[in-house]
Amino acid sequence: MRIVEKRILAKGICLFVIEAPLIAKKAEPGQFVIVRHKENGERIPLTIADYNRDQGTITLVCHGIGKSTQEINQLNQGDSFLDVLGPLGLAMPIEKVGKVLCVAGGLGVAPMYPITRILKAAGNHIISIIGARSQEMLIMTEEMEAVSNQIHYCTDDGSFGHHGFVTDVLSQVLQEQEIDLVVAIGPLPMMAAVAKITKEFAVPTQVSLNALMVDGTGMCGGCRVTIGEKTKFACVDGPVFDAHQVNFAELLSRQNFYRDQEQAALHQCRIGVGR
Amino acid sequence: MRQAMPKQAAEERAQNFAEVALGYTLEQAIAEANRCLQCKRPLCVEGCPVHIDIPGFLKLLAEGNPIPALAKIKEQNSLPAICGRVCPQENQCEGRCVVGIKGDPIAIGNLERFVADYAREVGQEPVLTPAQSLDKKVAVIGSGPAGLAAAADLAQFGYQVTVFESLHAAGGVLRYGIPEFRLPKDIVQHEIDAISELGVEIVTNHLIGQTLTLDDLFEAGYSAIFIGTGAGLPNFLNIPGENLNGVYSANEFLTRVNLMKAYLPEYDTPIKVGQKVAVVGAGNVAMDAARTAKRLGAEEVRIVYRRSRQEMPARLEEIENAEEEGILFSLLTNPVEMIGDESNTVKVLRCQRMTLGEPDQSGRRNPVPVPNEYIDLSADTVIVAIGQGPNPVLLRGTEGLALTERGYIKVNDENLMTSIPGVFAAGDIVTGAATVIQAMGAGRKAASAIHAYLLEQEGN
Ligand code: FES
Repeated sequence: MRIVEKRILAKGICLFVIEAPLIAKKAEPGQFVIVRHKENGERIPLTIADYNRDQGTITLVCHGIGKSTQEINQLNQGDSFLDVLGPLGLAMPIEKVGKVLCVAGGLGVAPMYPITRILKAAGNHIISIIGARSQEMLIMTEEMEAVSNQIHYCTDDGSFGHHGFVTDVLSQVLQEQEIDLVVAIGPLPMMAAVAKITKEFAVPTQVSLNALMVDGTGMCGGCRVTIGEKTKFACVDGPVFDAHQVNFAELLSRQNFYRDQEQAALHQCRIGVGR
Repeated sequence: MRQAMPKQAAEERAQNFAEVALGYTLEQAIAEANRCLQCKRPLCVEGCPVHIDIPGFLKLLAEGNPIPALAKIKEQNSLPAICGRVCPQENQCEGRCVVGIKGDPIAIGNLERFVADYAREVGQEPVLTPAQSLDKKVAVIGSGPAGLAAAADLAQFGYQVTVFESLHAAGGVLRYGIPEFRLPKDIVQHEIDAISELGVEIVTNHLIGQTLTLDDLFEAGYSAIFIGTGAGLPNFLNIPGENLNGVYSANEFLTRVNLMKAYLPEYDTPIKVGQKVAVVGAGNVAMDAARTAKRLGAEEVRIVYRRSRQEMPARLEEIENAEEEGILFSLLTNPVEMIGDESNTVKVLRCQRMTLGEPDQSGRRNPVPVPNEYIDLSADTVIVAIGQGPNPVLLRGTEGLALTERGYIKVNDENLMTSIPGVFAAGDIVTGAATVIQAMGAGRKAASAIHAYLLEQEGN
C-alpha cells in the first residue's frame, strides 16, 4: 500500500498517509492496523491516527523504537508497505456524555486525535491534556487544538506549558470541575497513573492498550490482558478497555518480555549500517 | 513387507528444521504399490474423507507411471503432497486396508506423498482445467484446508473464485501451525500455486468481518460465500499465573516460528525458548510445539498431560518421533498453577498427580486428581496446547448468522448452508477442531452444495 505523504512529527516519530481505501471506508476511532514493511520484518500494530473515506487514505504514526519501527520510519513518500491489515479491534463507543477529558502522552496523541474529533462531533465539551518529554516531542498540536474546547500542555523538562506530568494537570482539573469521562492514551505508566487518579474521583475512564501482537485477529492469544478477573484478547476484545479494570503491572511486564532481543536486533543493525 | 519411510536420524534432526521423513525412492514406491491387492470393493476408499480412487492410483504407480497416478489422486484431492504428509492414514484409508488385517497395511499416505513429490521434482504435473467457464463469482473466506479444497472444486466447476485470507500468506494452519520439519512451506506454496493456476484468486490481508463484511461481498457481486475460517481463539487452562511471561499458546509459539520464521536469523521475529520447556496437552499440536522447542535449543522439553499414554490424541507416528528426539512425557499430571520470578517470568509449573477413573460417554477414562499429591516442574517456557474455540471476529460482525451453543456456525447438515441464504460454512468453524483432511472433505462437500444452490438459483 502506497505512501502518499510522509511527515516527520518529532525526532523518531513519523506520520504516514497511505492509500488503503477499504480500510479507510471501515475505520472507526480506536481501531488499528497491522503492517509489515518487508518480507522478513515483524507484524507491527499501529493505531489508525486518522482516515479519509473520500480519498481512501488512512494515517498512521510510527515511533521508531525497535528495529522494524525504525526501518518503517525510513520509508518515504511513494514507497509502499508490503502488508496492511485492518481495521482491527473494536471501535471505541462514542456518545454524548457531557464534559470529556482527553489525556494523551507522547505518541498517544496520534490515536487520540480521531477519538477526540468524533467525541467533539457528538456534542461533547472537550478538555485535552497533552504531554511530552519536551516541546520538540509534542506532536499533532494543531489538530488537537482544532477539536478541543480547552487544551493544556505539559512537558517533562518544562520547555513548554506545565513543567511536569499530565497527571498533575489531570488532578487539578478533576478537583475544579465535574468531568463525565476520561480517555487516556499514552505510555503504560502514564495510563496506569491516570487510572489511579480517576478511580479516586470515580470518573469513568477508557484507555487504549498497546499489547504485543502477532496476528491481530484473535488467533494467537499473545495479546492477552487481564481485565477485572478475566483474560481478554486486546486485538479482538479491545484495544479500548475500562481503565479501572486493567491489570497494568502485568501488561507492562508482558510488553517488556522481548526488550533484550529487540535491543540486540537494533545493535546488530547499527553495526550492519556502520560496515 | 511394508517399505519403511527413510528418516533423518533423530539426534541430527532434533537440531534442524529440515523435513524428518525423506520420502521413498521410485523403486521403493513401486515395490510398495505392488503390495496392493486391488480389492474389488476397496475399503480404503471408504475410509478416505475425500474418496480418492486409491487402488486406481496404486495400480498406475505399480506399473511405473507416477504422473498418471498423481492425476488420478488430483481428481479428488487438490493437496496431495500435503495430505500424504499430515493425514492420519492409520485411522482412515490405511486403517481399513485389508492387507493390514494380517500384516502391515499398504503405505498409502507415503505413496500419495511420493507421486506428488515426484511430479513436482521432475516438473511434470498434470494440468487440470475447469470443465467450463461460468459467469458467477464465489467468495471463499479463509485459505486453510477447507477453503482451499472448496476453492479448487468451485474453480473446476467453472466459477470465478476469490479466496480471502487475513494473514499475509495463504494456507491457514498449513502455514502457521504445522512446522517446516513435518510439512515444508515450499511444498505448501507449490500446492497453493497449483490452485491459483486453476484461476482462483487469493487475496491476503483481508479480515472478513472487519475489512469487508458478508454484505459487502454480496454487493460486490459474489453469488455465494463459503466460510472456512477455522477454529481460532486458543484455549487456556484458566489457572493462576497463566499470563506470566514465557507462557505461550501453541498457536502463538508455532505462528512465531512457522509463519514469522523466528527460527531463521534473517527474520526479525522475537521468540524466547528457555532451557526447560513444558508443553501442556498431548495432541499433534502439542507434539509439534515440543519438537519445535527442542529444535530451537531447549535442553529439556516435556509433554505434560493429565491422562495416560493410551488417551493421547496425537498420531502414534508423531508421539514416536517426539520420543526419538528426546521429548519427555509427564503423564497423569495436571497443571494447577504457574509460578513466576521477580521479572514475572514463569519458573515453575505446579501440577497435581492424577489417576484414571471411570470411562466417560466417549469411552475415554476420565482423570481424577490424587489428593495432596503435587509436583513442581521447573519450566522457563510453558506452551499451552489444549485446543481452540471459534474465532469471534466474523461471527460477531455478521447479523443473522446463527451459531450453536458452543459458538460455532450452525449449518444445515444436508447442504452446509448457514442461516443466511447463499452463505455456506464447513471445517473447524462448524465442527470444532478436526483434521486437515476432514476440513478438506467438508470444504469439497460445501463446494458441491454451492454448485447445486447456484444452479437452482439460475433455474428460478
Ligand atoms: S494478536 Fe494474536 S490473538 Fe491478539
